[in-house]
Amino acid sequence: MKDDFRKHDETPPRGSAPIAVARTGLANLASVRAAFARLGRETGPSSDPEDFARAPLAVLPGVGAFGPAMETLRATGLDEAVRRRLDRGLPTLAICLGFQLLLEGSEEAPGLAGLALVPGVARRFGAGVRIPQLGWNRVAPEADDGSALVEEGWACFANSYRLDSGDAALARAAGWRPAFSEYGGAFVAALERGPALACQFHPELSGAWGAALLRRWLERADAAVAGGAR
Amino acid sequence: MSALRVIPCLDVKAGRVVKGVRFNNLADSGDPAALAARYEEEGADELVLLDVSATLEDRKAALGAVRATRAAIGIPLCVGGGVRSAEDAARLLEAGADKVAVNSAALRNPALIQEIAARFGSQCCVLAVDALRAPTDPEAAGARRERLPPDFAAAREIAARALGRPGLVKAVPAGLRAAAAWEAVADAGTLGTGASALGWALAGAELGAGEILLTSIDRDGTGSGYELELVAAAAGILPVPLVASGGAETAEHFLAGARAGAQALLAAGVFHAGRLTIRDLKRSLLAGGLELRPC
Repeated sequence: MKDDFRKHDETPPRGSAPIAVARTGLANLASVRAAFARLGRETGPSSDPEDFARAPLAVLPGVGAFGPAMETLRATGLDEAVRRRLDRGLPTLAICLGFQLLLEGSEEAPGLAGLALVPGVARRFGAGVRIPQLGWNRVAPEADDGSALVEEGWACFANSYRLDSGDAALARAAGWRPAFSEYGGAFVAALERGPALACQFHPELSGAWGAALLRRWLERADAAVAGGAR
Repeated sequence: MSALRVIPCLDVKAGRVVKGVRFNNLADSGDPAALAARYEEEGADELVLLDVSATLEDRKAALGAVRATRAAIGIPLCVGGGVRSAEDAARLLEAGADKVAVNSAALRNPALIQEIAARFGSQCCVLAVDALRAPTDPEAAGARRERLPPDFAAAREIAARALGRPGLVKAVPAGLRAAAAWEAVADAGTLGTGASALGWALAGAELGAGEILLTSIDRDGTGSGYELELVAAAAGILPVPLVASGGAETAEHFLAGARAGAQALLAAGVFHAGRLTIRDLKRSLLAGGLELRPC
């Protein structure tokens, strides 16, 4: 088997401990895990906050609704684990609902506080577009100077709520670099700050472009882990 | 805005692709994962696996096909066929489906849509509607109505209520609305329900389905193109994305389906037989001025 061959004969890259994937309940983890497997990286589902906080690389996936997902994070203590990771600048990838959970809240669950690690509130797409947004849309980084993880391209979305582009200024002030997309108005498609990357889209479902983005994130994340270990 | 999607559909039975798929240099033309990977490479924007298994034993094999396909592709995977409960949906999602399509079971139990949408989110819940042109002869229609199976009473009622709402008059030509020109049919198109297909699609979206996969049973397999009146009427009333299906054979058919208002275009035979490659199709659609993700 090709996979076995890879496992035994190739020297694993540095920092290649399994990537911790937060179990937020009903999320489909298979797509994320398969995407990393295609890049030769192992993942392990994690519901233990200590493990998740200490993992070299971690993913906060998200499919489902804001309310139940946030409550699961609280109940398991994963909320604090995510907070610790981002406060320390550890390599963390948040996807779709995972992105929204980092915000202060969402119109999807009024009155329920999000992790508030990124300023802003997720709001429902406005009138004039079909909701949910399903499928491919153009993404462009704010300043394409070649240093951003998120490059211009087509990404795959599945969302009814989003962070409006008007709210990006606050995120920017908090050190996040935005990338934008357009669906009945501009919205934030991704935010990145060092080895932390939050995507409203699904990089694991965004074909070759998404795989390349994940590869760049892995490189940056591995470098951060190696740097931290020195 | 999001791009028009082109979606090949693979019919799977006992975990193997039925209806031959012709690709050059492909050792196993019945392996769904290998075919799916090939379609992704060609530029498919998404893939639908439709489990047409009739037996429970065969159905179990479908989970293996979902797992293998998921491992192979990095584009969205929608799985349908025989989904009767939220547990069925959970199993498919766990195996790696990104979306689950419900059809006949939802016609028998519309609450299934709510249940799946509430548990997994609307973006995971696709309602597949098989539409058949209803008989126009009032006598035949009346006789048919008498024989309608009682299982579908709830679906009939909410479909009628959804269509009867004021405000839709402008969106759907009145004649079509009055005649409930298309009927939703169950069990792979073999059983009439008496529910208006358009009303049922709209009701499904209101119950929480995040996408409608609308197949014209009249056109399916004929190669005569999408049923454009149906696509246009559905696109006019639905608040969610619409996938048109049934009858596409040429690039012109796809172009017409998009212009009629569909957000995504599904086809099977034309791709499998190699009469039209997704790459060539997307090139034609781009030339036609549509926005697509380039291959």
